[in-house]
Amino acid sequence: MAQSDNANPEVMTTSDGTPLKESLRRSMRRNRIKALLLVAPLGLFIFFSFVMPILTMMYRSITNPEIIDHLPRATAELRAWTPAESDLPPESFFRAISLDMLTADEEDRHIGRAGGQLNYEIPGARSMLGRTGRAVTSLDEPPDSWKDFILEQHRLWEDPATYQIMQRQMNPITAQYYLNALDFRYDAEGNIERQPEFQRIYVELYWRTLWVSALITGLTILLGFPVAYLLANLPMRISNLLMILVLLPFWTSLLVRTSSWIVILQSQGVLNDILVLLGVVADDNRPRMIYNMIGTVVGMTHILLPFMILPLYSVMKGIPPSYVRAARSLGANPVVAFFRVYLPQTVAGIGAGSILVFILSIGYYITPALIGGSSGQLISNFIAYHMQSSLNWSLAAALGGILLVAVLILYYFYNKLIGVDKMKLG
Amino acid sequence: MALPAYAGKLETAWYYGFRFYCGLVFFFLITPILVIIPLSFNAQPYFSFTTEMLTLQPEGWSLRWYEDFLTSERWMQGIRNSFIIAIAASFLATSLGTLAALGLSRAYMPFRNAFMAMLISPMIVPLIISAAGMYFFYSDVGLAQTFPGVILAHTALGTPFVIIVVTATLMGFDQSLVRAAAISGANPKTTFFKVTMPLIAPGMISGALFAFITSLDEIVIVNFIAGAGQRTVPMRMFAGIREEISPTILAVATILVTISVILLTTLEMIRRRNERIRGIVPQ
Amino acid sequence: MKHTFKKTTVASAAAVGLMGVPSVGFADSLTIVSWGGAYEESQRRAYYEPFMEMTGIDIVQESRSAEGLAGVRAQVEAGNVTWDIVDMLEPDSMRGCDDGVLEVIDHDEILKPAPDGTPPTEDFVLPMRDCYIPQILYSTALAYNSEAFDGEEPSRVEHVWEMDEFPGRRSLRRVPAGNLEWALVADGVPRDEVYDVLMTRDGPERAFAKLDEIKDDVLWWTEGAQPPQLLADREVAIASGYNGRFFNAQVVEDQPIEIIWHGQVLESDGWVVPQGKLSEDVRQFLRFATDTQRLADQAKYIAYGPARASSAAMVGDHADTGVDMAPHMPTHPDHIEVGILQDAEFWADMGDTLEERFSSWLAR
Repeated sequence: MAQSDNANPEVMTTSDGTPLKESLRRSMRRNRIKALLLVAPLGLFIFFSFVMPILTMMYRSITNPEIIDHLPRATAELRAWTPAESDLPPESFFRAISLDMLTADEEDRHIGRAGGQLNYEIPGARSMLGRTGRAVTSLDEPPDSWKDFILEQHRLWEDPATYQIMQRQMNPITAQYYLNALDFRYDAEGNIERQPEFQRIYVELYWRTLWVSALITGLTILLGFPVAYLLANLPMRISNLLMILVLLPFWTSLLVRTSSWIVILQSQGVLNDILVLLGVVADDNRPRMIYNMIGTVVGMTHILLPFMILPLYSVMKGIPPSYVRAARSLGANPVVAFFRVYLPQTVAGIGAGSILVFILSIGYYITPALIGGSSGQLISNFIAYHMQSSLNWSLAAALGGILLVAVLILYYFYNKLIGVDKMKLG
Repeated sequence: MALPAYAGKLETAWYYGFRFYCGLVFFFLITPILVIIPLSFNAQPYFSFTTEMLTLQPEGWSLRWYEDFLTSERWMQGIRNSFIIAIAASFLATSLGTLAALGLSRAYMPFRNAFMAMLISPMIVPLIISAAGMYFFYSDVGLAQTFPGVILAHTALGTPFVIIVVTATLMGFDQSLVRAAAISGANPKTTFFKVTMPLIAPGMISGALFAFITSLDEIVIVNFIAGAGQRTVPMRMFAGIREEISPTILAVATILVTISVILLTTLEMIRRRNERIRGIVPQ
Repeated sequence: MKHTFKKTTVASAAAVGLMGVPSVGFADSLTIVSWGGAYEESQRRAYYEPFMEMTGIDIVQESRSAEGLAGVRAQVEAGNVTWDIVDMLEPDSMRGCDDGVLEVIDHDEILKPAPDGTPPTEDFVLPMRDCYIPQILYSTALAYNSEAFDGEEPSRVEHVWEMDEFPGRRSLRRVPAGNLEWALVADGVPRDEVYDVLMTRDGPERAFAKLDEIKDDVLWWTEGAQPPQLLADREVAIASGYNGRFFNAQVVEDQPIEIIWHGQVLESDGWVVPQGKLSEDVRQFLRFATDTQRLADQAKYIAYGPARASSAAMVGDHADTGVDMAPHMPTHPDHIEVGILQDAEFWADMGDTLEERFSSWLAR
C-alpha cells in the first residue's frame, strides 16, 4: 500500500505536505499524551501515597529477615550443618551464636527480634534466646564448652527440631505466614501440616466474614428494594423528601451511628427499656443485643443500606412504568408482572448494590470493633489485632493479602459488569 | 403510585402493607440518628430517657454536655485538627481529581479503564489494609505522625469521590464548547477557567464535599498514622466509645449530625441548580 | 537514596500549604505516652504539671499505652521516633528490652536516692529490670456492683464461676494475663502455686478449660475505663479491672462498687524510653517524676501503691475527697495477704505464646 509513500500524489496531504493519515496519527498521539498528562499527577500521587504502601506491606508477608540480620554468624555456621550428621550442631555453632549475642549491642542488632521471629514457630524461643543472651553477656570468662553452657540454659536447645526450624527461618523468602493465615504450618522437617486443633481460627474467620457479608447483602436487598421502588415511583416532591431519610444516614458520621446503636441496644439502652416497659421482657432478663454478632449485623446493615438503595433507585428511576402496565393489560396478574417484567430490569441495580455492599462488608473494621464483642469480630479485626497487639506484622500482612485478593476479584467483576465510572453517589 | 380506584381487597391490603413495611425501613434508617439528639440534652449522665425528660420537666434537660465539649481543650484541638486536615485534603483531592477526571473523559485516553480502576481503588480496598500499609510506609519516609502524612492519606481516600462525581458531570458536558472557545482564539488556560470550570463547578463542589466528609469521618487510618498533634474528632470519639461513652459524645454526635445536614442541604441545592441550568426540569 | 527520597517527599508535602500549623515534638517539649483516664490524670497532677512549671518544658500527652510496645517498635524500626517516654507494663518492657527498642537505664545514675540517701536500686521495692523504672504497684482485681446481688455478695475468685449463686454477666480483660491465674485458683490451685502450674505443659490447658465454663457469660474489655462503667451501668455484675479505677468510681463518683481483694494480681507499671530518646530533658523528667515525694504525691490522686519504700510512709489522704488512702491501696498488708504477685518474667517469656492461644480460644 501507498500509505507510507510521500511521493505518491494520490495520498491526501495536509497543507504542509504531510500525509493526512500521518498527521492524524500525530495529533491523536498528542491528544493521548495530553490526556495522560492530565491523569498523571493523580496517578503518581495515588501510586506513592496508596499503592506503594500496600505493595511494601505485601512484601512483608513473604520475607523473613530477622534471623539472618540478627544472628549472622550463627546463620553461617548453621548453613554448613545438616541434621543427618548429628543430632545437635557442633561447638562452632554455639561459639558463633554466643559471639552474635555478645556483639549484638555494638552492631545494633537485637537477638530478641530473632527470638520473636522464632517464637511464632517454636513457642518459648523468645525466652530461650532472651535467657541465654542474658547468661552469655553476664559471663566473666568464656566457658570450656559453649555448647554445654548454652544447652544448660533452656530445654529447647536440646531439641533437634529447634535447629531445623532455625535453618528454614534462614531462608529470606517464606510462605510461612500465608500458611499460618490458612491454618497450616511447617512441621520440623519442613512438611506442610494443619495447625493443632486449638489454633485453627483463620479459615473459620474468613468463612464467617464471607457469611456475614452475604447476610448483610441479603438484608440490605430485603430492606432496600421496596424502599427504592417506593422512592422511584412516588411523585418527585414526596420522594425527594423521603430521600433525605436515606441520604442523611449516608452523610452522618460512622461513629455517630455506631454510638447511637450502643445507646439503643445496650442492656440498659432505649430498646430494652421500651421492651421492659411493655412487659415483653423481664427487667432482670434483658436480651443481649450488642457486643455480639447481632450488634455487628444490625450496625453494619444500617450503615450499608444506603449503598444498596441508591444504585437500585437510579436503575428503577429509568424503568418506564408502561412495561408493567402493558403486561397487566395483557392479562398478567400483578405478581407475575412483577417477577417476569419488572424484576429482570432491576438486575443491574441489584448487582451493583450487592457487589458494593459485599465489598464494603468483607473489609469492615470499625463497627465490629466497637459493638461486635468477641463473637462479632471479622477478619479485619484480626488484622488490626496482629498489627497493634500481637505485633506479628507479617501474619497481619498475609491475612490482609488474602483479603485484598478477595476484594480485588470482586472489584474486577464489578468493573467488568457495571463499570467503576457508573458508580452513583447520592 | 396512588391506589387505583378498581383495586380489590387484596391489592388494598398489599398497598398499605407495602407502605407500612417501607415506613419501618425508614424508621430503622433514621431513628439511630434522631435518638441521640434529645439524649444529648440529658441532665443526667445516662443514656436512657429519665422520667424528668419524658415528663418534660426543665430540670431533666440541660446543656451541660455541650458546655463540657466547648470548654474542653482536647475536643477543641480535635475540631481544629479535623478541619485543617479535611479542608486541606478536600482541596488537594478536588484539584488532582478534577484534572484526572478531565483526562479520563477525553476520547483519546489510553488504558482508560485500568487507570480508572486504580484511581478508584482507595475507595474499594478495605481501610484496615490501607492503614496497615501506610503505617509502615509513611513511617519509613518520615510522614507518620505529621499533618502532611494524614492529609496525603485522606487526599488519597477522597479522590475517588471527586473522580466519580466530576466524570459524571463531564459526561453531560458538550465538548464542542471547548472547540468553540479554541476557534474563537482562547488559549487552553482561558478555556478551562472561562468555559469548562463554570460548567463542571457543581460537580467539583459535590466532589469536594464528599472528600471533606470522608476525611472528617475517617477513623481507621488516622488511628494508625496520626500522632498526638493530629488527634481528630473521630479519634476522640473512638477512644471515648471504647473507654467511657459519656453524654459528651452524644453532644459531639449531635453537632456532627448538624454538619451533615448542612452539607447535605448544600449538595441538594447544587444538584437542583445544576439541573435547572442544564434544562433538566424535575418532573 | 532512601534519604533523598524521604527529604523530597517531606519537602513536597510541606509545600502543600501547611505553613502555620503548630507542630509538636521539637525543642522544649516531651511527648509522654500513658493510659488515659483517671490514671493519666493522676500523673498529670502529680508529675506533669509541677514539672512543666519548674522547667518550662511542655508535655504533650498521648493516651496510647494500650498499644505502647507496638508503637515503640514501629517507630524505632522506621527510625522515626516521636514518643519520648512511655508508660508500660513490666512484662512488655522486658520484651521491648529484649527486642532492643528500649533504652537501657542506669538506675543509680539517673534516679534520685531516697531522702535518707538509700540508692534507688535499694529503695525501689521491686527487682530493677534493665530498661524499666517502676512507678507504681497496682492490682488487677475483681469487683462487683453491690446492687446486683440481693443476698450473699461475691468475695472470692471462685464466685466468678458460680453462675447460679451469683448470677449476671461477667467482664474480664481481653488478655490471658490475670484470667489464667484466676481460672487456676478457681480450679483449686493454691495462689502461690499458679505460676508453677502454668509453666507445666498441661497448665494452660487446665486454665482454658476452666475459662470455657464461663466463656458465654463474659464481655471482654480492652480499656481500663470500661469495667467501672460496665458495672455502674449494670451491664455486668462482676468485672475485673484496675483497682485505682474502681477506687475512683467507688469513692469519687460514689458508685455502688466493691472490690474483691481475694486473688488480686499485683503488677507493676513504670516508665521506659524508646531507643535513641534518652535526652537531657528525658533524664530530667525521669529523675523528677520518680523521686520519693512525687511517687507519694501520685497516691493522693489514685489508689496505686508507690514503687519506692521511702514513699510508702508519706501516703496520706485523697486530694479531692479527703479519704484515707491506706485501706484502698493494693499494697495494704491485708490485701497483699490474699493476693497473687504477678510473675513478670513468666509473662515476658510466655506472653506471645499464650496471647496467640488466647485469641484463638476467644475466636472459636
